[in-house]
Amino acid sequence: MNTSNSTFVRTEMLPQKAPPITEAGAVKWMRENLFSSPLNVLLTVLGVGAVAYLVLHIAPWLSRSVWNAASLTECRQIIEARYGEGATGACWAVIRERWPQYLFGFYPQHLYWRPVLAFVLLCVAVAPVLFDKLPRKMLWFSLIYPAVGFWLLWGGSVWVPVAALAGFAIGYVAAQVVKPLAGTILATIAAVVTPVLWWLFLAGPAADAVHSVLPIALESVRSREFGGFILAFTIGFTGIAFSLPLGVMLALGRQSDMFIVNKLSVGFIEFIRGVPLITLLFTASLLLNYFLPPGTDFDIILRVIIMVVLFAAAYIAEVIRGGLAALPRGQYEAADALGLDYWKAQRLIIMPQALKISIPGIVSTFIGLFKDTTLVVFVGLLDPLKGITDAVRASTDWKGIYWEPYIFVGTIFFIFCFGMSRYSMYLESKLKTDHR
Amino acid sequence: MAVVTEDPKAGFRLGMLIYDTRYRSITIQIVVLFLFMAGAAWLIDNLIRNLEALGRGIDFGFLWNRAGYDINQTLVEYTNDSTHARAMLVGLLNTLLIAFLGCIAATVLGVIAGVLRLSKNWVVGRLMTVYVEIFRNIPLLLWILMIYTIFTEALPAPNAFRGENPAASMALFDTVAFTNRYTAIPWLVFDNSLGWLQLGPIWLNLDLTVIIVALVGGFLINRAILKRATRIQEATGIRPTTWWQSLIALFGPIILVKFVLGTHFDYPSLQGFNFTGGLQVSNSLVALWLALTLYTAAFIAEIVRGGINAISRGQTEAAFALGLRPGRTMSLIILPQAMRVIIPPLISQYLNLTKNSSLAIAVGYMDLRGTLGGITLNQTGRGLEAMLLLMLIYLLISLTISGAMNVYNQSVKLKER
Repeated sequence: MNTSNSTFVRTEMLPQKAPPITEAGAVKWMRENLFSSPLNVLLTVLGVGAVAYLVLHIAPWLSRSVWNAASLTECRQIIEARYGEGATGACWAVIRERWPQYLFGFYPQHLYWRPVLAFVLLCVAVAPVLFDKLPRKMLWFSLIYPAVGFWLLWGGSVWVPVAALAGFAIGYVAAQVVKPLAGTILATIAAVVTPVLWWLFLAGPAADAVHSVLPIALESVRSREFGGFILAFTIGFTGIAFSLPLGVMLALGRQSDMFIVNKLSVGFIEFIRGVPLITLLFTASLLLNYFLPPGTDFDIILRVIIMVVLFAAAYIAEVIRGGLAALPRGQYEAADALGLDYWKAQRLIIMPQALKISIPGIVSTFIGLFKDTTLVVFVGLLDPLKGITDAVRASTDWKGIYWEPYIFVGTIFFIFCFGMSRYSMYLESKLKTDHR
Repeated sequence: MAVVTEDPKAGFRLGMLIYDTRYRSITIQIVVLFLFMAGAAWLIDNLIRNLEALGRGIDFGFLWNRAGYDINQTLVEYTNDSTHARAMLVGLLNTLLIAFLGCIAATVLGVIAGVLRLSKNWVVGRLMTVYVEIFRNIPLLLWILMIYTIFTEALPAPNAFRGENPAASMALFDTVAFTNRYTAIPWLVFDNSLGWLQLGPIWLNLDLTVIIVALVGGFLINRAILKRATRIQEATGIRPTTWWQSLIALFGPIILVKFVLGTHFDYPSLQGFNFTGGLQVSNSLVALWLALTLYTAAFIAEIVRGGINAISRGQTEAAFALGLRPGRTMSLIILPQAMRVIIPPLISQYLNLTKNSSLAIAVGYMDLRGTLGGITLNQTGRGLEAMLLLMLIYLLISLTISGAMNVYNQSVKLKER
């Protein structure tokens, strides 16, 4: 048998055929993702219908935007002149005209540079905390930023924030002095007690004394003049910065074996979580004076911040407790076996893992806190959402406008909250150590 | 010669309170307790001195005085001659009403959105993602205000529905009318009403009670039927047909009630310049309800999605390997496990919704905070007492719900060895 010259045996492979049109490219994708079953077809039709309905209603309105007008009536006249009788359009002129009010509330106009500078510095201070590729030395600026920000926003003598910062330095020095004399534990006590004594009794007079010698001051601004987004940001960022450490302490208290510490933490957390934030804010504005020495009156924004911090801390404590509970028992035992004491074990073994697990919960608490800053309107502060918008809507020029201000404020909140949640996803994926 | 030296008797030294771990925790607790009591004493001392300076003490007697203000929505009998305590009860019921309606609607919408977000359908999945992200990242207050403003400013007045060619028309097959003052909806009426039954201070609506008893009773009977069927199946291997029994058990009582009480819907209709018939629901309630529902449903959608995603694919595959059909796989394998993940955060969303309902202040809905923490507080000047009471009531609601949740958690906890 000779097959070498038999003509019916193919010697080369056939070229590959293109897949059937229904099994490739866009058609395949649509078959699989949009029309795979009757129910899916129905859903697709409904979904596309909903999108089309929304777009058809919103797009013309948006496309007929007016950015330059002095009042709503003028705005509507411009739209009708441009697009014919009965046309409706967005009137963003209100945002353009009231922009400073939305950003700064009634903050004195010639001092606008201060909140702007404070915001820029805030970005600088927050950056090294968020992104660990930046030089670590920048963290020193983050540490002193609260004092800088406070001074820029409220003004007054520079020595007040400096005296407040000095408390930390004094605590550090006291600890260093006591440590060789009386050991670590007494040093820790000294590091806590001396700054508290300093702040309570000496910081005020010291600041006054230095100020009389070397008066460096900015024009001071009262809290009632704050409003708009600087109010939301001040409360939001201070709340976020202080509620995390407090939340960690509360979570540890709740996990503690010590009966009294445990019960106090549980009581505090359950109380705060059981009542609406709005009642706490009312307590801060109406009732706090009952609980302070007669004649004391302290800043309304500070009171609100304290309440917001307590509120968020209770929620964060519960989130972190979940993280602590999720850690395998072996981690605690391993830390004990290494001979680490309680705080070292917490700092080196437990907390890094527990916090990592709780990142999504913590960040969503932060987002909640930031959104809740709008509630300060109910204690008479001018938040951007209701306070400023009501003021705008009450003016004769802009009476009857409602879509534009709400959309504007909503967009700003959305950008920041969505940014936070995306950052938490980035952080989660960065810290992921399992090999799945 | 071996000298037996005794261990030195460890006497108690003061330093051991700090350095000995046996005593340290006691020291810390005593210090904490001392600080806490000192702080509390300071606050209470200040309170007493402040109250003395104002010349009054803590007195809840104001609750029994005449309230003297009207409430636009009352579930129980109330006039402005009623007491502040009565006004408080009205407010509490309004809070519970909005919380109840909100929870039901948010659950339905949230479950649908969560399941749809998981669907393979690209359009619907993206649409639901957009919905969830938009509502989760914008303050609730904005949604409440915006919806309320749209209701009051963009909707037609009741008289716009008049005439041959009215400027506005009713929605949902002419049964619901959205106007700028109220929303008129159909409402149940009873031709042979049983009236009210007074039990001490509580008035009981007998019609409503009978309906609830009929619904719950039907549900319980149906459960007994299914249980019996399962028992027979386990004993004999054959499951008796139960669908017609179930139908009778579920719908029989309620149909019976309908005929006995003569229940039917009363539809709103335009008489002159206003709607009559049906029920006129204030726009503040509708707007608050819609906003709370849409906002909370976005969170519930994420919880549902997370719960279903948490069940590993192996569970489904194992169920298929055992030969279970997809429906049975869902009801016997996936759902029971997903529920364990879903229910606790779901309940805490219900709690959040209840607490968020205190934002009713923004639209003038008279909830607990509006009556007790609002007008009563301002009229009587009893801020301290009113706030204490308000917090206590919210706390009780929260603790009750979270207590119920703990019982549930215990009952579904994984039984580990």
